[in-house]
Amino acid sequence: MKPILLWSDTLVFLLVITLVLFFYRLRHDPQTRERWSQVFSTRLGMVTFTVILTYVGIALLDSLHFRKALDTPAAATGDTGAAAQEVFYNNKVSSVLDVLLGGMGERFERTYSAPFALLSFEKKNMKDEQGRAVRDFPPLEHAGQHLADPADKWPDVLARSGTALLWGILLSALWLAPQWLLLRHSPHPWHASWAVQAVVLCLGVWAVSISRYYHILGTDLGGADVLYQSLKGVRTGVLLGTLSTLIMLPIAVTLGVMAGYFKGWVDDLVQYLYTTLSSIPGILLIAASVLLFQVYIDLNPDFFSIGMEKADARFIALCFILGVTSWSTLCRLIRAETLKISQLEYVQAAHAFGVSHTRILGRHILPNVVHIIMITFVLDFSALVLAEAVLSYIGVGIDPSMGSWGNMINGARSELSRQPPVWWTLTGAFFFMFALVLAANLFSDLVRDAFDPRSGRRRSET
Amino acid sequence: MNFELPSSLGAARIYLAAFALLAPGLLAGCGEPPWNNPHPPAVDEALTYQSVMTPAPPKHLDPAVSYASDEALFIMQIYEPPMGYHFLKRPYELLPTALQDFPQVSYLDEQGAEVAAADPAIAFTRYTLHLREDLHYQPHPAFALDEAGAPRYLFDSAAAGAQFRQIPDFPETGDRAVRANDYAYAIKRLADPDNASPMLGFMSQYIVGMKAFSEELAQVPRNGDWLDLGEYDMQGLSVLDERTLSITIMGRYPQFVYWLAMPFFSPIAPEVDRFYHNPGFAQRNLTLDWWPVGSGPFMMVKNDPNSEIVLQRNPNYRADFFPGQGAPGDREAGFLEDAGKPIPFIDRAVFRLEKEVLPLWTKFLQGYYDRSGEVHGNTNGVFDQAFVVGPDGVEVSGELSEHNITMSPDVKPGIYYYGFNMRDPLVGGYTEDKRKLRQALQIAFNTEEYLNIFYKGNGIAAHNLIPPGISGHIEGEQGINPYVYDWVDGEPRRKSIEYARELLAQAGYPNGRDARTGEPLKIFIDVQSQAIGNTSMNWIDRQFSQIGVQVEFRPADWSRTREKLLTGNTQIFSHGWLADYPDPENFLFLLYGPESPLECQCDGSNNSNFKHEEYDTLFRQVRVLPPGAERDALVARMVDIYRREAVWLYAFYPRDIYLNNSWVYNTKRHGISKATLKYIRIDDAQRQSMRVLWNQPVTWPLYAIVIVLLALVWPGVLAYRRRQNATARNHQE
Amino acid sequence: MFAYIIRRVLYAVPILIGVNLLTFLLFFVVNSPDDMAVSQLGEKYVTPEAIAAWKTKNGYDKPLFLNASNTGLESLTDTIFFTKSVKLFAFDFGRSESGRDITSDVSTRMWPSLAVALPTFIIGIWVNICVALLVVMFHATRLDRWAVFLFVSLMSISYLFYIIGGQYLVAKTWKLVPISGFHADGQAWKFLILPVLVGVVAGIGSGARWYRTLFLEEANQDYVRTARAKGASEISILFRHILPNALIPILTGVVVLIPSLFMGGLLIESFFGIPGLGSYMLDAIKSQDFAIVRSMVFIGSILYIFGLILTDISYTWADPRVRLS
Repeated sequence: MKPILLWSDTLVFLLVITLVLFFYRLRHDPQTRERWSQVFSTRLGMVTFTVILTYVGIALLDSLHFRKALDTPAAATGDTGAAAQEVFYNNKVSSVLDVLLGGMGERFERTYSAPFALLSFEKKNMKDEQGRAVRDFPPLEHAGQHLADPADKWPDVLARSGTALLWGILLSALWLAPQWLLLRHSPHPWHASWAVQAVVLCLGVWAVSISRYYHILGTDLGGADVLYQSLKGVRTGVLLGTLSTLIMLPIAVTLGVMAGYFKGWVDDLVQYLYTTLSSIPGILLIAASVLLFQVYIDLNPDFFSIGMEKADARFIALCFILGVTSWSTLCRLIRAETLKISQLEYVQAAHAFGVSHTRILGRHILPNVVHIIMITFVLDFSALVLAEAVLSYIGVGIDPSMGSWGNMINGARSELSRQPPVWWTLTGAFFFMFALVLAANLFSDLVRDAFDPRSGRRRSET
Repeated sequence: MNFELPSSLGAARIYLAAFALLAPGLLAGCGEPPWNNPHPPAVDEALTYQSVMTPAPPKHLDPAVSYASDEALFIMQIYEPPMGYHFLKRPYELLPTALQDFPQVSYLDEQGAEVAAADPAIAFTRYTLHLREDLHYQPHPAFALDEAGAPRYLFDSAAAGAQFRQIPDFPETGDRAVRANDYAYAIKRLADPDNASPMLGFMSQYIVGMKAFSEELAQVPRNGDWLDLGEYDMQGLSVLDERTLSITIMGRYPQFVYWLAMPFFSPIAPEVDRFYHNPGFAQRNLTLDWWPVGSGPFMMVKNDPNSEIVLQRNPNYRADFFPGQGAPGDREAGFLEDAGKPIPFIDRAVFRLEKEVLPLWTKFLQGYYDRSGEVHGNTNGVFDQAFVVGPDGVEVSGELSEHNITMSPDVKPGIYYYGFNMRDPLVGGYTEDKRKLRQALQIAFNTEEYLNIFYKGNGIAAHNLIPPGISGHIEGEQGINPYVYDWVDGEPRRKSIEYARELLAQAGYPNGRDARTGEPLKIFIDVQSQAIGNTSMNWIDRQFSQIGVQVEFRPADWSRTREKLLTGNTQIFSHGWLADYPDPENFLFLLYGPESPLECQCDGSNNSNFKHEEYDTLFRQVRVLPPGAERDALVARMVDIYRREAVWLYAFYPRDIYLNNSWVYNTKRHGISKATLKYIRIDDAQRQSMRVLWNQPVTWPLYAIVIVLLALVWPGVLAYRRRQNATARNHQE
Repeated sequence: MFAYIIRRVLYAVPILIGVNLLTFLLFFVVNSPDDMAVSQLGEKYVTPEAIAAWKTKNGYDKPLFLNASNTGLESLTDTIFFTKSVKLFAFDFGRSESGRDITSDVSTRMWPSLAVALPTFIIGIWVNICVALLVVMFHATRLDRWAVFLFVSLMSISYLFYIIGGQYLVAKTWKLVPISGFHADGQAWKFLILPVLVGVVAGIGSGARWYRTLFLEEANQDYVRTARAKGASEISILFRHILPNALIPILTGVVVLIPSLFMGGLLIESFFGIPGLGSYMLDAIKSQDFAIVRSMVFIGSILYIFGLILTDISYTWADPRVRLS
């Protein structure tokens, strides 16, 4: 095993560390405390936050990548020299999530199969016992192998679900007990979060244990498990939603604060920059930049040793480009806020006392624009997740070799016109995406209400 | 304070009641079903064939420039080249169409004296073409003459002709007979560097004087004005009289007669070319590239690349009749019912732009399109579940079988393949272990399964580089590739994975690991990013993992892929070839050494960079031999070299299935010629009745929505009342 | 006022130059003239001569920014940048890579875009306001909370699902309308029903929620409390007090969108086969037609800037307290 740290992995862990540090620093600030406590004082806030954390958790687990070592070949072991000692690695990159799912992604069928089906969705030429050629639906290789009679399927599913549920409840009890001990006197409605956690854990245990015997969401054209693909899409969605904002943050904050603070030609320049960028139809800018980066990858194939790194580089580029196109809104907001703050008496007084610019910026301006960053971060998240699907449709989205809901939807559109329709790929992508975006939207409402009661006029863009 | 309430709510009630009454009325107001007819109401009685162009409108309609099958779909209905193909007979049979008979072939020596066909002194071949007497151009403003007999529409300035934006805007038209000179003019246009014809480089190897002609024209200054090519002479072209023309080509090239059936050799009237060079015409898209003018069965009356192209029957079309004979089985299939009748049958053909396959399919199933496609059957990947190509033919299911839809399978004379770059240090080379490595990879890639899953059986695994229907392709046990297949129980069976592992071990990669270093064998496949999806890449990856080989895909767009091919910077690449004409030579040259892009420093077709002394010698012989047993034997030897050297990873012949609604007749596909629209017949009465039958709208959801809205309003009203009262009480307190 | 508009228009010029330069740089790195030639010439027999001929014919044989072989002004004007990008300022869009005249294409494609976008826009606003008013009427009840939840749920569904679902149900299963297509004749409404319906339904979530917040903001004002104290009914409060006062933010929020209607909906147009500017743009991206994309970027930027100016003007018109200076 050889751990692999992709660029996006680095960034996402960096993001997590930053966020944790950020909250740690802020824990003594009474105003922020009060605002966050307002968000978490509602059951809705607890539930949505737990759902989001679940997605983030899956994304983090899926960001711990490694390459499996290949067996040392028998022929080479007898050889002398260092070459024989060298261990070689599979070019497929796995993640901790793959391990936890118990090989869900490795059980391939021939082609389509419906959820919980035992037979393939398409006929195949086969030989029966007498050696005659027949054409029928072949049995699946990884579904219902243990069943003596296909009629036992549903009772079997029920029985296994029952067992899985028991295990799930047990696991939840173990998982929730320390939380209960710690937080039972907390004023916040933790029980809502615990309920969601229990449900998630039970579902997880159920999915992993049932998927050993059935394909819960069926399989796609190439025979890959749809549930597995939907789960793999989580990382893409979550990372795209967070990294885009993260990447643009330094530029937007620096320029916005500078424009609002120094005014004059700096302000003019920054305003010119963001007006120019935002007046280009976003989709064209994104398409051009993604194509541009694709050309770069094509021209420098040696830069990326495995395909995954190539896809990852394109992914980072996409995050960056999305960040750049949505950068102007944040920059404009921060500029306006900075303008307002720098007019306040105590800032003016600091000027009069000859306090240096950096000190004023650090002490008075920056802490007061943090809430704008916070709100933008949360608000943009769901919009970015939704944008990914559209970009994939246009063909400038995530690299096709990287699992994403957009790519799933794009591929599944025509499946609906089959007879009978193949509906499960679309369904899988729909629900995983919907749950995340819904939770994020509801949560962002709460955050906005808590941090900026007057911001109702900002229309969220789709 | 409650006084206001009843009045305002009462008003709402009245609205609701009115809506409930109106809703059915609105529905009735939509007119007679079907409501979903996407076609505009018929303007006249003309029998209209309704079809699609997909996924994009044609870019070029100038026969000298166009080289794409979706463009040939239009060009071949409008123009008539000297030669054509028999509609029904298979193997493909070449026929004179605009000519009275086959071209007269005579052989000349260096001095231009006629010699016998077998004479080794042959230096030139001369083709003499005699035109039919009834060839006539379509009506067109370019032929319109004024009282003095001069062209009616020639303008000195852009402003003078500014009121004409489209060809139908010109009030007057004229026409005239086709002359031999028009064919000569068309060939000169191929040579004109201003037209950038894709044929220039290729044809000037053959037609005498074409290169010199082209170089001469390149020196002439133009400024966008029309240049009368008739004033310049091409050595190999001579117009003998009004209806006779001769073309002289270098050496011997029996396949030349096939080229005469391609649109490049369609007649172009010089006055048409001159007409389109009117000042300002090009700015309004009035060019030969957009408004073709020909002598074929149809003429273009509307060209809106954003929505539709409309062809209409050419009133001046020559006498043409449905063929009286066909291939075996055609009579049973009903293809000969119209034998001897005058064609074309339809008056008009509308090709609507459909970018997405999904709506196209729905409209086809609803009966609004007569066929599922023209250039592509559009059946791959979308509707495959409705029918499956099995060993016993095609199985139809569901709605399709109720609609009595007929099918036209079409094996195109073409081949798609993943080729090895023979110059690659890892997979290329001509030594025994490299051959074994390639063969092992060939065996591991289960082409049949790949075609079944990703092409729904619409493809035939290739044992040979020559597709069916072309001499040199052999079916049955003699035709299998013995290096990859065994012949078992009367069918070819792919050799086992174990055997592939064995070969791999012999090649120096036991279990896919380098025997010396232990390094895993990793191969790189260059694919076009649009052409392959993630699912098929994963599938291919799993195939090779069976023998322990790792695969990396390098997707890129077409320009980038092409660049890699030209520089030989690839290991395994995907490519395809569709034949220009049905002759084995057109396929064998894909591996001809001098055709390698690295050899010729050109856009050669031998992208595998295969270089084999014996193969090249044989190819040079095959190229000049007439069809016959001697040639077949040489072809067989070349095919064997191809198999032994394992030049391509896998290959298949693409097959397409076109679906036809039951009212369309004479739907047999021709793999090469696109000039088949004139044979199509439509039963309009049946079409109308079926459309009504299939498109009865489902109206209950409309009523359901109204009821749900009403049901929502009622609790709302109640809640409002409660609230209003509550407010009142609160205020009283 | 007039002077202000003039100043704003002049301010737009450097922005347009910036836009132009940026797109030019982006697309020329993506697509060298050689690539364009290859993709336009097809797949068989593409010789270097043919590529050179194509470049000469389409004017890509010149240097990018500075033509050293010419002197004086010519050295700047006889370049690709000047002939291809600067000419846009004179609204001379030139010809697409496949040889069509872009100006005539844009002018014909503009109308189908408007035919879809305008009804969607107007009906959308109307429906959203109605729904929002209805919800505001039940403010702070359970109905209100569920409605907000419903809005957020509707917002959380990807636009693609609305289109796919609409086509599948209304057109394919119920056969109520044609699944796609467009005719610029009396039958056009038949093709517009479904795209407009999908557009309106997809917009209800975010739209109605936004209007609801606007109305609530007004509902918390003193004059509303006064009206209620006077004994006005909820309905008359809504229509006589809240709605007229909320019109200002509605108007200014809406005006900025008007120019963008010309560009149409990218997804709607391509799914429903409407030959508008949105699908034009998408096709151009897919076929990497640089000339069209450049023109569309230019048009899009002009419309955007125009929208900003319109918004400022509508502020003064709707709210006399605002003065433009």
